[in-house]
Amino acid sequence: MNSRLLRWQRAVGWLALVLVALDVYFVFFYAPTEKYMGDVQRLMYYHVATAWNAYLAFGLALVFSILYLWRRDERFDRWAVSAVEVGVVFTTLVLITGPLWARPVWNAWWKWDDPRLTSTLILWFIYIAYLILRASIEGPRGKRIAAVFAVIGFVDVPIVHFSVQWWSSFHPQVISSQGVNMTGEMVFTLAYTSFAFMALFFYLLLLRANVERIKAETERLEERLSAD
Amino acid sequence: MTYLAAGTFIVWLAIFIYTVSLSNRLAKLHRRMEELKQALDEKGA
Repeated sequence: MNSRLLRWQRAVGWLALVLVALDVYFVFFYAPTEKYMGDVQRLMYYHVATAWNAYLAFGLALVFSILYLWRRDERFDRWAVSAVEVGVVFTTLVLITGPLWARPVWNAWWKWDDPRLTSTLILWFIYIAYLILRASIEGPRGKRIAAVFAVIGFVDVPIVHFSVQWWSSFHPQVISSQGVNMTGEMVFTLAYTSFAFMALFFYLLLLRANVERIKAETERLEERLSAD
Repeated sequence: MTYLAAGTFIVWLAIFIYTVSLSNRLAKLHRRMEELKQALDEKGA
């Protein structure tokens, strides 16, 4: 096994574990209770942190996909599929924590006319479709098609992010052109949680990329064994 | 269970399950890779 990648995976894993363990204190004890929404507002820290890191995941998938289409180096495809899969996991968590926060606050699990919600759901479908495509069409052709899909699919990421400004939306904005709509402790907790989840994201990305790499190496060895 | 507790539980459970699943896959693939390397060595020998 490539020991350098494994060493990075382990180091980032330990860092993520420490940061995330400390984050429990910041989210549940340090951050004050929001005066209108109460304790359920604490879900915002996980909701926003997973959303921002999902953007990061799909952004990395975009870069790796472009590099794969340009250089045809299998390593870029492995990083792209790894980033997408972790991004889909994080987007799933966004789509779960959002309604759980919304239900007691808006008295509704979901609002189909809200552009942020709908575009995020579309984003989730786009990258689920990427994973299905990538798994169902074998060989370099499947990888090329998936890479093009990842590049086009990324168009939805800025739509999700700016939807609250472009169209009228119920969705709360924590950071807007008017400034930050939270206390200092809340801002710190949000920043810290986002950073902790970023470490967790990179750990999961490295772990997933190692799975792809060892899988490719195993396939290569199987071919050699059957050829010899 | 409150909405906060449910959301927190789901987030951590999902991350835990995903991490364990990936780790198990990696370990299984690594074992398979070692078996194949050994088989190739024996064939070469």
